[in-house]
Amino acid sequence: MNFDDWLNFLLLRDPNVFMVVIGTVLLGASAALVGSFSFLRKQSLIGDAVAHSILPGVVLAFLISGSKNPIYLMIGALISGWLSILLINLIRNRSKLKSDASIGITLSFFFGIGIVLLTYAQHHAGANMAGLDQYLFGKAASMNSMDVRIFSIMSVVLFAVVILFRRAFILISFDRDFAMSKGLAVNFYELMLSTLTILAIALGIQAVGMILMAALIITPAASARQWTNKMGNFMMLTVLFGMIAGYVGSFISYSAPQMPTGPWIVMALSFITLISVVFAPEKGLISRHRKKKFNAQKILVENIVKAFFHLNEKVGGKNAKISLDQLNTIMKTDPSRLVKGLGILKQKELVVKAGDQWKLTRDGVAESRRIVRLHRLWELYLTRKMLIDPSLVHADAEAIEHVITPEIEFQLTKELGDPKIDPHLSEIPKVRI
Amino acid sequence: MAAFWIILTGTLLAASSGILGSFLILRKMAMIGDAISHAVLPGIALAYLVSGFGTDYLLLLGAAVFGMLATLIIQWLDKRIKMQTDASIGVTFTFMFALGIIIISSFASQIDLDQECVLYGEIAYVPLDLIYTDSGISLGPRQVWILGINLLIVLFAVVIGWRGWLITSFNEEFARSVGINTSIWHYTLMMLVSLTTVVSFESVGAILVVAFLVIPAATAYLLSSKLSSMIILSLVFGFLSSILGYALAWKIDGSIAGAMAVCAGTLFLIVLLFRPKDGIIIKSLKRSS
Repeated sequence: MNFDDWLNFLLLRDPNVFMVVIGTVLLGASAALVGSFSFLRKQSLIGDAVAHSILPGVVLAFLISGSKNPIYLMIGALISGWLSILLINLIRNRSKLKSDASIGITLSFFFGIGIVLLTYAQHHAGANMAGLDQYLFGKAASMNSMDVRIFSIMSVVLFAVVILFRRAFILISFDRDFAMSKGLAVNFYELMLSTLTILAIALGIQAVGMILMAALIITPAASARQWTNKMGNFMMLTVLFGMIAGYVGSFISYSAPQMPTGPWIVMALSFITLISVVFAPEKGLISRHRKKKFNAQKILVENIVKAFFHLNEKVGGKNAKISLDQLNTIMKTDPSRLVKGLGILKQKELVVKAGDQWKLTRDGVAESRRIVRLHRLWELYLTRKMLIDPSLVHADAEAIEHVITPEIEFQLTKELGDPKIDPHLSEIPKVRI
Repeated sequence: MAAFWIILTGTLLAASSGILGSFLILRKMAMIGDAISHAVLPGIALAYLVSGFGTDYLLLLGAAVFGMLATLIIQWLDKRIKMQTDASIGVTFTFMFALGIIIISSFASQIDLDQECVLYGEIAYVPLDLIYTDSGISLGPRQVWILGINLLIVLFAVVIGWRGWLITSFNEEFARSVGINTSIWHYTLMMLVSLTTVVSFESVGAILVVAFLVIPAATAYLLSSKLSSMIILSLVFGFLSSILGYALAWKIDGSIAGAMAVCAGTLFLIVLLFRPKDGIIIKSLKRSS
């Protein structure tokens, strides 16, 4: 494939390419949009079940009407999609089976019916079934202008309805009970949302096929959720991811014509998920790893200055020079870790090196007193207010001393009446003397 | 004779799946079973690619590893990344299934698998693929042997570890607290499910394996209060589905595997509505009287 071909694709010069790209991008966007609600309601897999359950409706519509008019097929799809949701709810609400089993049963039962009808039609009707296959495997690459026109109209309707009723949809997705107590017609909106979902699935299935449809519903939302906690951003990112995947998928099957579009759309989506899972700020693996490292470092240096305090306390509270070996009688850690921690402390000007030995600076002394103070305040709080035996409070204080904020320290001091002595009869130091 | 072999194939498959499905239902992992049945596709595609016709059993074992891989990814997304469970399942199985389809389309000339077979199998061809001894005596269809051996493996695992299965399926927390290594049982179950989906792929395809895994066991679950009776009932429903399914397919000339799934589903609905104590019909009658 040469540069001109690329350019032709990117600029959508070829009318066939234009149709396919517009079609898949719209389908990706619609599915992602309704998928964001399924995701929030923790019902993503119902989309998977609906995708499988559409088949019998489509084939029956074809058998009854004798035509492949997309409107008839869509009506059939809607009806059987609806029945599948009803069956899932019936099983879940009226038996001891849980939602995983309800979905599995419905999905495979409806699909079985669909396959039996499809093979029956192939053997009996003898008619040209080619158009029905697209509901099984999708046919993004061969969409024509008629298909795209129908998809476009439906997508626009779908978006319009979602935007119009977004507040109600968001409310029932987050807190159904609250929405009900507010007097919202929850059942009505749920019915509407389900209908939109079935519609989006019945459309999308024609691009990517029945099995992979679940990805179009679930994956954009799951990826977007990694990046943001804000509803508006979440919805926009979800739709954007759906569109990108549709575009990339059709591009790949354009550049390698033997490649099916649907699976490549899913690959693009999976890649977006991978990127999100690794790189997203806050929730991403890298940023979580960094935070973890940062915390480990904080705990290490705080423990080192605390060790200084304890060693100084033994020699009557004067700020003494201390060797690595002395420090390690308390820290009991790998010496290289100790050296690393001291390096960080030196950078922060909390310790200074004196020959082979180390000594706290003025700020270092204050910091060491702060940590020990928090530790001992907490021990006292646990023994006095929680009535825990003094012999049991040390381990808890070891952990909590690193996370107590100045506000909590203030509260503790007030609550305990500005105490001087901890439960083990050691002094609770003030930060500044 | 063909009818006999097909019904036997269905029954063997239903038996392995019914036993494993019972555990999946109790552990609320039906959709993990669904995910595994789709996720083994890349493994199967690779096995076909290497061996030509998928007759190399070691390679099929290798394919089952992809099912395990899927459960690991799901768990990782769920626990480490804290993506919600339903999304973790959906993201993973669609990724692996798409990968499988891409492998198949990339090597279409070397892989003897078509898309229809991937979805709903070709159980009707089972009696045509026979195994012969060196002296030319027919030993019956290859699939029947494979599924038979698979059933023996499943039975062996269940009988050997009965107590472990029992405890870990009903109360995992308790099992862990008395020092049982629950993850061994978990992964053994996942491996057996992967293996079963791989070996039954040819005859019933990805989605109808799920019908056999979930529906007979769920039907049995509604009628029983003991694990042993649940498993036995799931075998009964699996057998009934196979035989009725074959009859239905013969009557209307449709897909046999599909018809078996339809019968399994119909039996489930009948039990859901009419079971003696708390069937939906009985309950509504009571309520209205």
